[in-house]
Amino acid sequence: MAKHKISRKSTRIDMTAMCDVAFLLLSFFVMTATAKQPEPKPVDTPASTVIDKLPEDGVAVITVGDSAVFFTIPRNIRRGTLERVADLKGVGFTEEDYKKFDGLEGFGVPLSKLKSLLTLKGEARNAPGIQQGIPYDSVNDQLGMWVEQAREANKQFLNDKIASGDTKVKFKDLDIAIKGDAKESYPTIKRVIDILQKQHKNRFFLVTGLRNEDF
Amino acid sequence: MAELNTGGGGGDGKKVRSKKSNPGVDLTAMVDLAFLLITFFMLTTTLSKPQSMPLAMPDKTEDVSDPSDMKIPEDRMMTILIGKDNKLIWYMGQFATPRMAPTEAAYGKDGIRKIILQNTKYAKQHADKPDEGLIVNIKASDKSTYKNLIDILDEMAINKVQLYAIGDITTFEIDLLKEKGLY
Repeated sequence: MAKHKISRKSTRIDMTAMCDVAFLLLSFFVMTATAKQPEPKPVDTPASTVIDKLPEDGVAVITVGDSAVFFTIPRNIRRGTLERVADLKGVGFTEEDYKKFDGLEGFGVPLSKLKSLLTLKGEARNAPGIQQGIPYDSVNDQLGMWVEQAREANKQFLNDKIASGDTKVKFKDLDIAIKGDAKESYPTIKRVIDILQKQHKNRFFLVTGLRNEDF
Repeated sequence: MAELNTGGGGGDGKKVRSKKSNPGVDLTAMVDLAFLLITFFMLTTTLSKPQSMPLAMPDKTEDVSDPSDMKIPEDRMMTILIGKDNKLIWYMGQFATPRMAPTEAAYGKDGIRKIILQNTKYAKQHADKPDEGLIVNIKASDKSTYKNLIDILDEMAINKVQLYAIGDITTFEIDLLKEKGLY
């Protein structure tokens, strides 16, 4: 009797534990993954062999593609930046506008059209033709203004934190990265660099892609 | 745990015996799927972080002190002029009196990299101190692209050039590029 029972033992492995672990890891990765935000201007960055990673947060990104310029402000100072810009230029924004701007990843419209951009739904904002780029010519240098106000907002944000007794925070100027399209002509990039240099922002990052080994 | 309890309550002795081989739910496909998704999320999260190249530009102060009192080590100074169609010209020393005449070169390991390495050796020979190396002045013309600039900056990183800067191109240098048909 006993012999028969042993021979009938199933060869199946119990996968319950494996399944548990797999889903635990899966939920971990899903939660930690930062969803890729849709960009108003997808650009093809040039490749380089430098493998330094861009700092994860606290970086303002200037995207340059097809001679149009877009600006992405870090989330923690987004509201502060818009408040400063609104004060400076005398444009009124409602509380709802501020909330919407907080969720706006990158934008590329002149200040006069920002309000109408904010009224659009998320998907419609990135439709082609809606965002034509921030003006950055010498007469109407709105890009310079945004960068300057973002730096000011960052300064205030960090100073407030330090003043509130947070000893972990160290003062650091806002990092700025230029994300240019590989085919972008040099004068456009030069103009953006000049705008930064005018504000004595001489150190910044250039966003690049990975180059294969045999270069 | 994952075995499905199908012993449906009451019933006579015969029925219970026929269901003795306990039908477990097959989790293989589920685990397969879970691991596939894990792989996907792992790869996408780490690979999507963009790379970056730090760049420091010289400070642009309005009142530049007289450039004549700045001694330029001509033997260590290399200038790269970036023209159109992915081509470039390089020379050593000053533009009016070059140590090495302007020469056309291509990008990549067989082009500009070899030249930079040669010039680094040359600069080391002419250096006053052992820690001094090549100085490269990168001058991009209006006809060049952003990719060209990144390629040259990348060469600087590959060859570990001691000092490099991005400068403004002069009209004489543009004329030179025009002469060579690169503008």
